[in-house]
Amino acid sequence: MAVTTDGPMGAASKTNQEAFDAVSRAQKKDILFATGGLIVMAIAMTLLLTLIGDLVIRGAGRISADFMTSYPSRLPQRAGILSAWVGTLYVMVVTAFLAIPIGVAAGLYLEEYAKKGWLSNFIEINVSNLAGVPSIVYGLLALGLFVYGFNLGKTILVAGMTLALLILPIVIVSTREAVRSIPKIIKEGAYGLGADQWQVMWNYVIPAARPGILTGAIVGLSRAIGETAPIITIGALTFIAFLPPPPVTGDFPFLSFAWLNEGFTVLPIQMFNWTSRPQADFHTIAATTGVVLIALTFSLNGIAIWIRYRLRKGYRN
Amino acid sequence: MRNLTLTTALAALAVALPGLATAQDEAVVIDGSSTVFPVSEAFAEEYQIATGNRVTVGLSGTGGGFQKFCRGETSFSGASRPIKTSEAEECAANDIEFLELPIAMDALAVIVHPDNPIDCMTVEEIASIYETEAQGVITNWNQVNPEYPDAEMGLFGAGTDSGTYDYFTFAMIGEEGASRGDFTATEDDNITIQGVSGDTYGIGFLGLAYVEENRDRVKPLEISFNGGECVAPTTETAASGEYQPLTRPLFMYANADHLDNVANVEDLAMFMFNEDLAPDLVSSTGYLALPDEAFTLGQAKIEARKTGSFFDGGSEVGVTPADLLAAN
Repeated sequence: MAVTTDGPMGAASKTNQEAFDAVSRAQKKDILFATGGLIVMAIAMTLLLTLIGDLVIRGAGRISADFMTSYPSRLPQRAGILSAWVGTLYVMVVTAFLAIPIGVAAGLYLEEYAKKGWLSNFIEINVSNLAGVPSIVYGLLALGLFVYGFNLGKTILVAGMTLALLILPIVIVSTREAVRSIPKIIKEGAYGLGADQWQVMWNYVIPAARPGILTGAIVGLSRAIGETAPIITIGALTFIAFLPPPPVTGDFPFLSFAWLNEGFTVLPIQMFNWTSRPQADFHTIAATTGVVLIALTFSLNGIAIWIRYRLRKGYRN
Repeated sequence: MRNLTLTTALAALAVALPGLATAQDEAVVIDGSSTVFPVSEAFAEEYQIATGNRVTVGLSGTGGGFQKFCRGETSFSGASRPIKTSEAEECAANDIEFLELPIAMDALAVIVHPDNPIDCMTVEEIASIYETEAQGVITNWNQVNPEYPDAEMGLFGAGTDSGTYDYFTFAMIGEEGASRGDFTATEDDNITIQGVSGDTYGIGFLGLAYVEENRDRVKPLEISFNGGECVAPTTETAASGEYQPLTRPLFMYANADHLDNVANVEDLAMFMFNEDLAPDLVSSTGYLALPDEAFTLGQAKIEARKTGSFFDGGSEVGVTPADLLAAN
């Protein structure tokens, strides 16, 4: 693509002409690709917005404080989703507290510590494969292992553990990607100043990788929040009209973990149950539940994005 | 500092979670059939409102429910068919004795599009559409009966995991599960409604409650059983036992040991068969309540702790409410 500037005028202008042609061809390809991308994106967004719009049109009318603070009922006008959204929040807290630390640790180990060999290759392939295993399989595993093997019961803890397993591959893979994308110069600079491996990890690699790790965690949690099959498999309840004991108590030590061992239901199960009922009013509140579920997902993502934004700012300073 | 922000956010979240729980008895556990679920839910809800005692209801399906029931994990199990011999043996192996309590009647309906000229079909005709041999062969209405329209059939129905499918194949074809595979099968009866209402020559089968809610969109067929008269599926004909063979009983199974030894189980059982409340509660869910007498008999059965199954290890065709009274 070098444009020659010396030589006779005729030759120069001919080369220039070729260069212009090449550039305009490339630009055409660019425009073609951009248009194609735009069309694909427009189709995807239209589909998504149509779905959400449809849900909102059908369900938004029923959103009210009453709906959020009532228990499910056989009468659609009396029914609410209190036990479901509280259950979803509790389960997501357990999932996040298990999947993120374990996933990040595993990702760091595989990327920075593990010797490259057949074993680490084997683990790597399996982690990638796990990301593609249908969620019901995790439910069956959890039923056999956690519920009956470890005798943990059909509790919030087990649901959190199951969903944590489900999203672990996502967290691990995104952690590795995030770590890989850190410029070598940062690590080598730290090693050059005499830091040992752990110091490099803790003070440089993890902080620099945090935004990427958090993105993986967001994607994982957003998937977990909508899962129904594994939660039903481990024996989540469908009708429950009371809440688990609160995690914060009035007495010392102010924290209680009794809620971990309680039965529960979650929003997707409540929705699933209502959509399969014959009465149209139940279909309406199922749509309302869908709106709440989407809003909850968006706000969880919002919190994570805000944290990520704060972290990025902190890191750049 | 950053960690502090995160911790604060999570702590704020935790505090924001409402907590109303106080120490009280363990919740009574009901599980089982998704068909019976609305009935169980109605009882659980009203019992909890009336007494303050807690009840939870799961949705494992009839078979899945019996698995848990026979391990002693649940106190009640809803069932859309009688307990099978293999399941009863499983219970016996774990020393679990049960009471079989008929709680409601449910009817299945065969539906067509409102514009379809056909109003009544015989059991044999319907069986000839859905039986295994019909797969890929019976595709036009006039193959079933030369008088029927020359039009391609759109086939819908309940999915193979549902009790509805089990009972439909058992009652219409004669053998559970012996149906063709090339129909649009769904676990959600609302999809069957959508399919048939969108296909002028469609046909499907589902629970009667779904027909009642969609009278303007689909037409339930009258059914002629054993060469008898055409009978339309309505709550009345199902309750009287005229509408056959697609009327089936729904059951609540109770763990006999739990009645004595688990808090509130006996109380809830008596509540389910309280003749002043229960019939209305059952009707409000779209099912047919048994005659009042069935509820007093149910209470007597609970008091007498009469265990075992009246049915010989499976579904029976032509069970009427009167038979169920005898079953008590």
